[in-house]
Amino acid sequence: MSEEKEVSEEEQPLVLQKLQDKFADALLASTEIRQGVAVVVNKENSYALLEYLKTDLAYSFLVDITAVDNSKLESELMQYDYARFMVVYHLYTYEGETSRIRVKVPVHEKDLKIPSVTQLWKGANWLERETYDMFGIEFDGHPDLSRILTPDDFEGHPLRKDYPLRGRGERESFNFEKQNV
Amino acid sequence: MGLANTDIQSGSSTEQTDGNIITTTIDKVVNWGRKNSLWPMPFGTACCAIEMMATLASKFDLSRFGSEAIRFSPRQSDLLIVSGRISIKMMPVLKRIYDQMPEPKWVISMGACASCGGVFDTYTLIQGVDQFLPVDVYIPGCPPRPEDLIDAVMQVQRQIQKGELPKGSEVAYNE
Repeated sequence: MSEEKEVSEEEQPLVLQKLQDKFADALLASTEIRQGVAVVVNKENSYALLEYLKTDLAYSFLVDITAVDNSKLESELMQYDYARFMVVYHLYTYEGETSRIRVKVPVHEKDLKIPSVTQLWKGANWLERETYDMFGIEFDGHPDLSRILTPDDFEGHPLRKDYPLRGRGERESFNFEKQNV
Repeated sequence: MGLANTDIQSGSSTEQTDGNIITTTIDKVVNWGRKNSLWPMPFGTACCAIEMMATLASKFDLSRFGSEAIRFSPRQSDLLIVSGRISIKMMPVLKRIYDQMPEPKWVISMGACASCGGVFDTYTLIQGVDQFLPVDVYIPGCPPRPEDLIDAVMQVQRQIQKGELPKGSEVAYNE
């Protein structure tokens, strides 16, 4: 019996064990892919989990923040209470065996607010602005949540699946004289 | 002297004057000088710009055509080379750069993206800079080879030598 337990502990990466101990209720799912770990955490605990990863587990490097629109992926939707979006954080550490970890947070369309992590990583500023611009995720506590890739008066969020590829006529009707250069 | 150039010579030389005197017009001399010192303003936003750099480098050497003086200030250049895709957000910047260039000025639209949007038929991309700029010469290709860009510069040179106004000027004079 004890031998079996040892094997299962060895199989699971240390970081995943620590996260499961500390955030047992908040973790919705966890997977291992190659040398990395991916966890799905609920919105209420996402900031605490990311802070814990950064300060206590040395995941100091924020690689990327982005989102996924799962609205046309029924299997993903069913798994997480029909949350349309999944905000994804990619973290990296220079210490330990599991160098990469992905933190995924389901976000419902009716409540797009999610805590900003600009307090933890200054580099999150533009990444969150890009995610806001492309998906409309609203990062609570961001110092300047404005559009970054599309023009200031752009309407809609173009990486959402319901946004038409060729646009809604902005290519034809865009007013160039109005733009500040 | 290498001035015995068919581009600028207008009168026929006699036996007495052969090789010493050529007759011409002031326009032809001005155009001849102008075409051989086009100063390009590069507007490189994508892989076409890499080909443009290759054109300028020693292997293809655009200086053989007098266009090696790349200016990064539009106020000192008379040939705008739009090489790469132009997004809706970038277009006002490009338009302003074009407006800052002194007359007369020519525009080369280099590659599929600048000319018609290329494969990027999306919400964000201008489907051809000719919607907003008067383009004189288009270059097909994705990206075009340096020879294509050289050919386009020579096309502009031929237009200048013929005394044709740049497309932008024609618009301005007609108004």
